[in-house]
Amino acid sequence: MNLTLHVWRQAGSSAPGRFETYQAKDVSEHASFLEMLDLVNEDLTREGKEPIAFEHDCREGICGSCGMMINGVPHGPNKMVATCQLHMRFFHDGDVIWIEPFRATAFPVVRDLVVDRSALDRIMDAGGYISVRTGSAPDANALPIRKHESDLAMDAAQCIGCGACVAACPNASAMLFTSAKVSHLGMLPQGQPERWTRVVDMIAQHDLEGFGTCTNHGACQEACPKGISVDFIAHLNRDLLKSSWKAAEPPASAVAGGR
Amino acid sequence: MRRVVALYRSSVGKKILMAVTGFIWIGFLAGHMLGNLKAFQGAGAFDTYAHHLRILGEPILPYKGFLWIFRAVMFLALVIHVLLSWQTSRLSWAARTTKYRRQESLNFDFASRWMRWTGVLILVFLVYHILNMTTGTLHAGFEAETTTQSFAFHNLVTGLGNPWVAAIYIVAMVAILFHLWHGVWSLFQTLGASHPKYVGWRRPIAVVVSIVIFFGFVSIPMAILTRIVHLQ
Ligand code: HEM
Ligand code: SF4
Ligand code: FES
Repeated sequence: MNLTLHVWRQAGSSAPGRFETYQAKDVSEHASFLEMLDLVNEDLTREGKEPIAFEHDCREGICGSCGMMINGVPHGPNKMVATCQLHMRFFHDGDVIWIEPFRATAFPVVRDLVVDRSALDRIMDAGGYISVRTGSAPDANALPIRKHESDLAMDAAQCIGCGACVAACPNASAMLFTSAKVSHLGMLPQGQPERWTRVVDMIAQHDLEGFGTCTNHGACQEACPKGISVDFIAHLNRDLLKSSWKAAEPPASAVAGGR
Repeated sequence: MRRVVALYRSSVGKKILMAVTGFIWIGFLAGHMLGNLKAFQGAGAFDTYAHHLRILGEPILPYKGFLWIFRAVMFLALVIHVLLSWQTSRLSWAARTTKYRRQESLNFDFASRWMRWTGVLILVFLVYHILNMTTGTLHAGFEAETTTQSFAFHNLVTGLGNPWVAAIYIVAMVAILFHLWHGVWSLFQTLGASHPKYVGWRRPIAVVVSIVIFFGFVSIPMAILTRIVHLQ
């Protein structure tokens, strides 16, 4: 199939950007979206032009680096996949595709489609450590956890930090990401001792990074390649509210899981 | 108090305070709507009700004492809600200064995108409503109440008998319908009320609350325009 691409080109973080139009010819429907861009880049290189910069690593939907805005939707039209797993069979011959970087003040453009998402890493850092017993491996089943909670914690742990939630949000809020990270540890026994300070610190960092304020639109959940639910945002809100009286109490046990 | 200030500092805390003040106003709307429906029982019931609001708490409270305490609480809740909506909106506008060339809207409901504008409409309406029905400044045939008698029914019917005035009220109620359509759902979410037992009920509750409040209020100007409710 043949496609027309309008791609955002920007030489550096402070350089002005603009859309450039390229033709992608003879694209196989088996190609992934990134492979399609690879082919366009080969053409550009042959013509002596600067290839389009985009971020990618695993190309199997687990590293979270390949996010970009495709026709106004983060990671493109196919639900629950990252850009690297979006296949060209979801497009048709003659389609016009607009490709833009994720846009948020907290995600400065590095070059073309590459943005700096380290603000998300700093939110993780702000969460701090968890207290677990080190030494020999613990006995299996020594740390009881209900199935419901362990399932939810694993769902939250699916987040790959791609930033699509921020990109889709009309407020450029990173609440879905932050809620996934807060909930994932907050629901596990290992995360209990620091639970009430972690949520306060992570939200404080979220705000400090210049992300917007969540208004419960829900666009994040629709855009998330890992299907993280906005129910985790409710969980985060509940923990923040509870933290106003819980944070002052000493933790029940200094080390999760007891002696 | 320290905790409230600490909450206020974070974006989520601001939202929690907005949810609480929004909830207080929903309670007010529900009560106000039920009071208004007394208009269907005629002038007697309506004026007695209005008069009772003014002498409530007597003799412990002075005339209108309860009313003024009530007004102060509502005013405070509104100021908090509006100031925080202004602050959170500014944070969000600053969080994306370069707009997308193309962006699909992926949000849950159409009303959520309009919260700020329906909110501003409601605020403008509140000012108009007070000048129209409470002080009478913007009401041609207004009769002020005395310490023994209220003319609320007369003021209601002559005021809303004017189709233009009725239209203002109806438009404002549409704004409230949309604001609550998203707001009630959002309130559950913001306060962390998402227990699996009722998580599926939050959307239906929001729809029912906003529709009941809308029709409850709109029935009054409609009934007056169609002369179902009229002066004796
Ligand atoms: C009768 C008066 C009002 C009621 C009952 C009401 C109710 C609510 C509720 C329940 C929420 C949801 C809070 C949450 O997210 O948890 C909300 C949000 C909001 N309100 Fe109001 N409100 C009223 C007046 C206003 C006014 C006068 C303004 C602005 C001038 C305003 C602006 C906003 C904004 C910007 C939001 C946040 C948007 C969002 O959460 O999606 N509201 N309101
Ligand atoms: S919550 Fe979803 S969209 Fe947001 S960073 Fe994590 S994986 Fe990406
Ligand atoms: S390249 Fe790793 S998720 Fe797409």
